[in-house]
Amino acid sequence: MSANNGVIEKYLRTEKLPHIWCPGCGNGIVLNSLIRAIDNAGMEQEKTVVISGIGCSGRASGYLKFNAFQPVHGRVLAYATGIKLYKPELNVICIMGDGDCASIGGNHLIHAARRNIGVTAVVLNNNNYGMTGGQYSPTTPENAMTRTSPFGHIEPPFDICKLAETSGATYVARSHTYKPRILTKYFQKALAHNGFALVEAMCDCPTLYGRLNKRGTGKEMLIKQKERAVQLEKAKEMSTEELEDKFVVGEFVNKVKPEYTEQYDRIIEQVQMEGF
Amino acid sequence: MDKGRVAVITGNDAIAKGAIAAGMRFFAGYPITPASEISHYCAENLPKYGGKFIQMEDEIGSMAAIIGASMAGAKSMTSTSGPGFSLMQENLGFAIMAEVPCVVVDVMRFGPSQGVATVPAQADVMQARWGTHGDHPSITLALSTVKEAYELTIRAFNLAEKYRTPVILLSDATLSQMSEKIELPDPGTLEIIDRKIATVDPEQFQPYEDDGSGICPFAPYGSGYIWYTTGIVHDETGFPATSDPDKLAIQIDRLYDKINHNLEDIVQVEEYLTEDAEVILVAYGSVARAALATADTARREGIKVGVVKPVTIWPFPEQAIKKVREKAKTILVCEMNHGQLYWKVREVVEGKAQIAFLGQYNGKLIKPEKILAAIKEVTVGVC
Ligand SMILES: Cc1ncc(C[n+]2csc(CCOP(=O)(O)OP(=O)(O)O)c2C)c(N)n1
Ligand code: SF4
Repeated sequence: MSANNGVIEKYLRTEKLPHIWCPGCGNGIVLNSLIRAIDNAGMEQEKTVVISGIGCSGRASGYLKFNAFQPVHGRVLAYATGIKLYKPELNVICIMGDGDCASIGGNHLIHAARRNIGVTAVVLNNNNYGMTGGQYSPTTPENAMTRTSPFGHIEPPFDICKLAETSGATYVARSHTYKPRILTKYFQKALAHNGFALVEAMCDCPTLYGRLNKRGTGKEMLIKQKERAVQLEKAKEMSTEELEDKFVVGEFVNKVKPEYTEQYDRIIEQVQMEGF
Repeated sequence: MDKGRVAVITGNDAIAKGAIAAGMRFFAGYPITPASEISHYCAENLPKYGGKFIQMEDEIGSMAAIIGASMAGAKSMTSTSGPGFSLMQENLGFAIMAEVPCVVVDVMRFGPSQGVATVPAQADVMQARWGTHGDHPSITLALSTVKEAYELTIRAFNLAEKYRTPVILLSDATLSQMSEKIELPDPGTLEIIDRKIATVDPEQFQPYEDDGSGICPFAPYGSGYIWYTTGIVHDETGFPATSDPDKLAIQIDRLYDKINHNLEDIVQVEEYLTEDAEVILVAYGSVARAALATADTARREGIKVGVVKPVTIWPFPEQAIKKVREKAKTILVCEMNHGQLYWKVREVVEGKAQIAFLGQYNGKLIKPEKILAAIKEVTVGVC
């Protein structure tokens, strides 16, 4: 057993390593934080299903020793809904890129949040489509350069946390890859949460977004994250201009509301009690 | 009206009842005419059996949810009509690829796009065969009566479970709303097949390891196994095998072989008065009813007509057509479309009989008189 107390061997399919991610890519850091959170939460591997989207980030499920699958692009939360509703005793973790979650899968995101179904959504936001070569995503900031916005992006971005919050998610938090321990803390709270929980991890794609926007190396981008992150309380006192090129971090929502599958189970109980 | 075990019910209700009798305990759907009543029935009745119903945000989500539930061990179903069936195609491909049993009901409406929601057609026949991209097999059953709607829904689940594959049921707008009297069998007498469940030591388990039967045992989530799968072409481990051309071909072959090596078990076809028939009508679904009636009338008029009614339209009952093509002079394919199964029949007839087509695409059921007239037209100078 190695210095990591066996966490690597326990949760990672080491025979599938090294992973496919580029040097400096943030995906590995997020996966690291997630595994630690899962370990801290003491989740049973056979009782846990990890579903990931299609994209660089989506490859994460293949490295994990869980029941895991990569279905089609954008539908992770809809698959998760079927699994969780049929067998609420399973833990369901959804790993999605920002494109997978908020563009093609945006409809499933808002409805899973609205239902408050008890699954954990982990969004790796690198502000672009990594796997397909650096096109703009729904989180690409205005003026940014991508392969499909070669003259500067003209669309405003989504704030995925706000989207989840207004849609009804009952746990919402954001951190970034410079703060892996905070990510772990949020993941752990999300995993323990009874209801729809979403954690957005800001993570870099130095190969595409970074290069196209002259953000420097992976290391430089990582250090920059620390400067770009603004605590929720502080952000409240800042103007829109001051928040330019920054992102707000912290726990945005943590509340109790009836969880979807529990509500459904109550219907079953009621119907069966009344007899038929 | 449910009187004892005899019931007067619609095609849509018969599908829902059949599904529950088959053990379906998870249904996801999105409202659409003329399929919505299947959802209504499931919403109201599944909780009685401890089952779950959900109305998803769209048909893409419905298809995803039933696959997810099936991976957790449920017998699951969705129902829709053309527009929704189009939206389901990508996820349907995942179910084929990951070999996840489920049943998809397409209550066919008329026309492409929105078409006409309330009138029937049989124009999704090729979509049921080839709707999702890439090489893949299809098991598709066509329903022609309320009784069949009940019985073939059970059979669809049995086939889905046995062969670890999605099964498509094609109904139509008329059958969906039409009531007929049927006798509901005693649940104890039904043949119900459940998927083969993995029993090996979890350490040894490979999700796509053929046990010799061509069908791999399934490990529902939460049953003690840990496995991976993907819509990417994978090998027996469930992991992508995209760099090895031989493995790619093997996996596609495996999907086909599990169906093609079991045609005797899967293919279902009915033959009526075919022995001495000079004219064979090929008809399925609602049109088969008119075809069967026409055979009787034609015989009263002295024309020897028989019917081949494919119940599984995919895989197509080739043997039944090969049998009749030797004796019959004319094979007349009757469909409510512009010509779909016709091309398959034509391919199998191989020029050994005259082949003719009666296609009606006006939202009306084909009447027996029209079929009789077509028979008379094609047999002029032949009989
Ligand atoms: C239906 C469909 N459309 C498009 C694609 C191609 N595609 C693969 S990954 C991807 C986007 C990935 O971006 P994101 O979700 O942000 O993940 P990342 O690669 O950045 O981690 C796209 C568009 C696909 N696989 N399926
Ligand atoms: S392309 Fe970008 S997101 Fe994909 S692995 Fe490389 S750095 Fe990461």
